[in-house]
Amino acid sequence: MTPDAFVPPNLLPALPEILMACGAMALLMLGVYRSHAPARVVTQGALFVLMAAAALVLLQGGARVETFSGGFVSDAFSRFAKILILLGSGVTLIMSQGYLRREHMDRFEFPVLVLLATLGMMMMVSAGDLISLYMGLELQSLALYVLAAFKRDSQRATEAGLKYFVLGALASGILLYGASLIYGFTGTVNFVKLAAIFGDDHAQPGLGLIFGLVFLTAGLAFKISAVPFHMWTPDVYEGAPTPVTALLASAPKVAAMALFVRVMSQPLLGMVGEWQQIVVFISIASMVLGAVAAIGQKNIKRLMAFSSIGHMGFALVGLAAGTEEGVQGVLIYLAIYVAMNFGVFGCILAMRNKGGQMEAINDLAGLGRSNPMMALALALLMFSLAGIPPLAGFFAKFYVFLAAVHAGLYVLAVIGVLASVIGAYYYLRIIKIMYFDEPAEATNWPMSPPLRLIVAGSSLFSLFFFIYPMPLVTGAATAAAVLFK
Amino acid sequence: MEIGISHYLTLAAILLAIGVLGIFINRKNIIIILMSVELILLSVNINLVAFSSFLNDLSGQVFALLVLTVAAGEAAIGLAILVVYFRNRGSIAVEDINLMKG
Repeated sequence: MTPDAFVPPNLLPALPEILMACGAMALLMLGVYRSHAPARVVTQGALFVLMAAAALVLLQGGARVETFSGGFVSDAFSRFAKILILLGSGVTLIMSQGYLRREHMDRFEFPVLVLLATLGMMMMVSAGDLISLYMGLELQSLALYVLAAFKRDSQRATEAGLKYFVLGALASGILLYGASLIYGFTGTVNFVKLAAIFGDDHAQPGLGLIFGLVFLTAGLAFKISAVPFHMWTPDVYEGAPTPVTALLASAPKVAAMALFVRVMSQPLLGMVGEWQQIVVFISIASMVLGAVAAIGQKNIKRLMAFSSIGHMGFALVGLAAGTEEGVQGVLIYLAIYVAMNFGVFGCILAMRNKGGQMEAINDLAGLGRSNPMMALALALLMFSLAGIPPLAGFFAKFYVFLAAVHAGLYVLAVIGVLASVIGAYYYLRIIKIMYFDEPAEATNWPMSPPLRLIVAGSSLFSLFFFIYPMPLVTGAATAAAVLFK
Repeated sequence: MEIGISHYLTLAAILLAIGVLGIFINRKNIIIILMSVELILLSVNINLVAFSSFLNDLSGQVFALLVLTVAAGEAAIGLAILVVYFRNRGSIAVEDINLMKG
C-alpha cells in the first residue's frame, strides 16, 4: 500500500461540533485561570456557544455530506436531532441556574460538562461509522457520569453517579464488543459499506454477525434505557441533582434514540427481519414496565424515570415498523417528549421549601388552591404525557402507532394502546393529588421568571400543538427520508 | 499448532465473559468492578487487533488505539467518582450501595 498524499478533511460539515469543542475548551480555560470570574459568566458563554452551534446547524441545510472518510455525516436527519439536542441542553442549562445557586453547586464545571456532553451527543447523531459512533457515545457518557455525581457532598448523588458509571461502562463495553464482531465479520466499520453488505440478499448473515448485532443492540438499548437494560434509570434519576435528571431525560434520550434509529435503518436495514423481533420485544417490555412499575412510586423523579422508560418504548414502536413513516413518527415523538419534559421538570425544580428541594408526589397536595397556575400547567402536561387528545402527547403516540399498523404490527399497536391506558392511571393520580388532596403543610412555591417562561412555553406547546403541527411533521418527514434513499 | 484467528477470538470471548461475570458475581469491592470494566475493553481490543491483522485492514487498529484512550479516560472518571463516593459513605463495599433500591 503506497501512502496517498495527505488531503485535509473537509471541516465545514463538522463546523458546529468544532465550534462546540473549541467553545468548551475556551470556557474551561476561562474557569480555571479566572477563578474570580463567577460561574454565571461561564454559563452565559455556554449558552452563547449552544446558540451559535444551533445557528450553524440551521445554516448548513442541503444534501447529505460526508467527511473524515465517511466517519462524519451531516444530513437532514442529523440536523433535526442536533437542533433538538441543542434545545434540550440549552433549556436545561437555563432551568438549572436557580437550583445550582441554592444548592451551592454553581461551579463553572457544570456548563462546561454540559457542553461536552452535548458535543458527544451531536457526534452520535452524525456518526458515519462504528468508530465515531463509539467516540461520540463515550464523550457523552463520560460527561454525564460526572454530572450525575456533581453534587459531590451528597450520598445519593454520588451513589447515582457510581451506579450510572458502572452500568454505563458495562453497556459501552458490550456495545464495543458487538462493534468489533461486526467489523471482523464484514471487514468494514463504515455504515454505507455495511449497508451494501447487509443489503445483499444472497449473503446469509453468519453466527458471528448475529452475535455482533445482538451485542450492539443491547448496548444501544441501555443508552435509551429500554427494558431489560433499564435497571440504572430509576436510581440515577432519583439520586442525581434535579437539573441533571432533567438533562438526562431530554437531550441524551434524543441522541441515543437517533443513533439507534440510524444504526438500525441505515447499515442494518438489510437485516430488518433479524432486528425487528428484538425491537418489538424491547418496545413491548418497556411500554408495559414503564406503565406498571410507575404506579407504586412515591418520588416524583423516580416516577419520571419510569415514565421515560415507557415513553422510549412508545418511540421504539415507530422504529419497529422499520419504515420511513415509522422513523418520522419516532422523530416527532422525541420532539414532543422533550418539549413536555421541560415543563414537568420545571415544575419539579420549583417544588421546594426552606429545608431544600421536595421530591415526594404527596407534596403536590393542595397545589390546585395554593398555586393554581402551576397546577394547571402541570395538569396539562400530565394529560399530555398520558396521551389524551387533543394534546401534543396524543399526536406523538398517534404517529408511531399509525406507522406500526401500516407495517402490519397490529399486536404491537394494540399492546401499546393498552399500556398507554394503564400508564394514564399514574399521570391522572398526580392531577388528583394536586386538586383533591388536603395538603400536609401550606405550599408556596414561587417560580423564577425563566422557569415560569419555560413551564408556560412547554404547556402551551402541548395544548396548541394540534393547531399548527406542520413544521414539526414536515421537518421529521424530510429527516426520515434521507435514511431510506 | 498454527495459531489462527479463532484462538484470538476465543481468548477475547473468555476475557469478556470473565469481565462480565466479575461485575455481576463480585459482592465485595467496587475496585474489582473497575478492573472488570478494563478487562472487557481489553478483550475488545484483542478482537479488533486480531481482525485487523487477519483482514489486512488498518481501521481495526485505529479503533483499538481510540478504545485505549477512552479506557484511560473512563478509568480516571470511575476512580474519581469512587473517591467522592468513599468520602461520603466511608465504604466501597458493593453491598453498601443501597440508598436507592432499584
